[in-house]
Amino acid sequence: MDLTCTEAEEAFRHELRSWLARVLPALPPRPDPADWPARRAYDTGWQRTLYDAGYADLHWNAPPTRRLIFLEETERAGAPYVGANFVGLLHAGPTIAAEGTDGQRERWLPGILRGEQVWCQGFSEPEAGSDLAALRTRAVRDGDDYVVSGSKIWTSHAEVADWCELLVRTDPDAPRHRGITWLAMPMDAPGITVRPVRTLAGTTEFAEVFLDEVRVPAANRVGAENDGWRVTMVTLSFERGTAFVGEVVACRRVLAEVVGHAKETGAWDDDAVLRRRLARLAIEFGVLWRLIQWNVSAGAPGVGGSVFKLRYSQARQELYDAAAQVLGPGAAALDAGHPWIADRLSSLSYTIAAGTSQIQKNIIAERILGLPKGA
Amino acid sequence: MDFRLTEDQTALRAATRELLARLYPPERLREDAADCGPPRLDRELWRALGDAGLFSLRLPEAEGGVGLGMPEAVLVFEEAGRALLPGPLVATHLAAGTVPGAAAGQVVVTVVDGGTAEWLEEADCVVEGFGEPAVPGPYPARTEPVRSVDPLTPLHRVPHDGAGGRAASEAELLTCAQQIGSAARTLELAVQHARTREQFGRPIGSFQAVKHLCADMLVRLEMARTAVYAAAVTGLPEEHFAAMLLAREAAGRNARDCLQVFGGMGFTWEAEVHLHIKRGWVLGLRGRSDRSYEEAVAEQLTKGAEWSF
Repeated sequence: MDLTCTEAEEAFRHELRSWLARVLPALPPRPDPADWPARRAYDTGWQRTLYDAGYADLHWNAPPTRRLIFLEETERAGAPYVGANFVGLLHAGPTIAAEGTDGQRERWLPGILRGEQVWCQGFSEPEAGSDLAALRTRAVRDGDDYVVSGSKIWTSHAEVADWCELLVRTDPDAPRHRGITWLAMPMDAPGITVRPVRTLAGTTEFAEVFLDEVRVPAANRVGAENDGWRVTMVTLSFERGTAFVGEVVACRRVLAEVVGHAKETGAWDDDAVLRRRLARLAIEFGVLWRLIQWNVSAGAPGVGGSVFKLRYSQARQELYDAAAQVLGPGAAALDAGHPWIADRLSSLSYTIAAGTSQIQKNIIAERILGLPKGA
Repeated sequence: MDFRLTEDQTALRAATRELLARLYPPERLREDAADCGPPRLDRELWRALGDAGLFSLRLPEAEGGVGLGMPEAVLVFEEAGRALLPGPLVATHLAAGTVPGAAAGQVVVTVVDGGTAEWLEEADCVVEGFGEPAVPGPYPARTEPVRSVDPLTPLHRVPHDGAGGRAASEAELLTCAQQIGSAARTLELAVQHARTREQFGRPIGSFQAVKHLCADMLVRLEMARTAVYAAAVTGLPEEHFAAMLLAREAAGRNARDCLQVFGGMGFTWEAEVHLHIKRGWVLGLRGRSDRSYEEAVAEQLTKGAEWSF
């Protein structure tokens, strides 16, 4: 159990820190969140900047500790988020790197790393949410193509994506998990309709994607036909384990801001319950940070992934609830000069997205503790 | 940076678990608890623990110890907590090297710290608080035996102001280790029971309400364990406070949830569950109040500096 950084790791941290100090002031202002093309340009521009500096592929090509340091330092410096590059860098890219052929890696990975190609994720469907294996989008082989029909939902960045990592059912007669295939679908193919979904936060963060006999070349299949479930699970456990590193750092920064605000209003000195509530959150995020290090050290986040996902999603909601308490009457204003209330709204999705808390508990109970499946 | 246990640490944990399964298996724990008289400390067991290095673990090798550090001590005390080993383990461990015979398990050392003393009548030596070095004091005057809630931890009320210091925080962390060990054991008991106990024609562990209770237990344990290991490695005050709060909660809540999974069968004296609940209450008296740790963390927050972890 060693929690100190090696000399090489520290050197990397300092090199990164000084690089960030140089490039961040020159960045253009952040785009309007409602302007998707502008967001895409901004996010991919940042990815290109990372690429030119040699930091593009840290998400899947670096020792885990370096990845942690990268995520920690970029967040600490206030660098742009991974944004539109999320699926490419954290899902499709690692999946192609791990399961694709040499040709597929050469075809897709450079575009992801250079910020030229944006990916979206076509996993969930209206009738396959928590129960992802129930997906019904059909793909029928026709010559060198698969012909795909069905619909997907919760697809982030669908309006501006070049590619979609798509899960389709290729064998309707096989057991549910064994008839699924992973395809890379070009988003400009005929037969694709994208309809944005307005969330309770008022934003259109994702879309519904309708597929009407879309032709996808069989060469775009990653892994074997009907082996898509296994191909996908490789990256899903990864998401639960480490994808939120930067966010934990961000939550700690927000918590410090909330404490600062409470001190200004006098609530910090007057209200011991509030003080202790914020202290509890500091403890929670501190231990979650250590849990990430534990997961990263362990390689594949087995137990730790679901544990982290459960506690982090809850802690994030509690953080913004506490922020609202500190704001008092200002907690109803969306234009109060800080993003806390908008973030409070978006935090409501955290216990739902990427496997609800209840599903995570089932995963822990059945896969880790070995309790029987059933009711 | 590599948070994983080293091979040596993994081996130490496995060897300790094996040793305690032999020296103090659950059957023995239940037998001891079934006796109605005041508990006696098993001297032979104490010497066996001494031989195994439980007390001399952190003594330098030049002084006849094992020369290991706090992370290793935490792993060993976690196993002690899992077995619910009785006796003033932490006090004797901290007295090793200063009280002759403590390291070898030939002398039982207890501490008078903060108003209650454990195992006072059975101890050969009483240490005044966790100051440094451990000073054997006189047998405290005006002690008053208490009917202890824990059948395997006799208690006395003692007029005393605890002396703090580095050893006090070491004592706290070793207590945390015992608490996460207990939390791990109650999880294990609950899961075993949920797999085998049938109602409505199937194992109760197939019901989601029971599953989620067990999953919550695991989450609580893993968070507390992460906090305790991190505190043992870094020694940072904020990590220490986090460990104290989370380990205490994990021991207490997991024992309660374990009882809930067992239902009526858990509410009997023969079951192991109540011993974990009761030991958790006694161990929870060590250290400061939750509120005091929370305020200590709050104070760290006002310094405005980002935590180093």
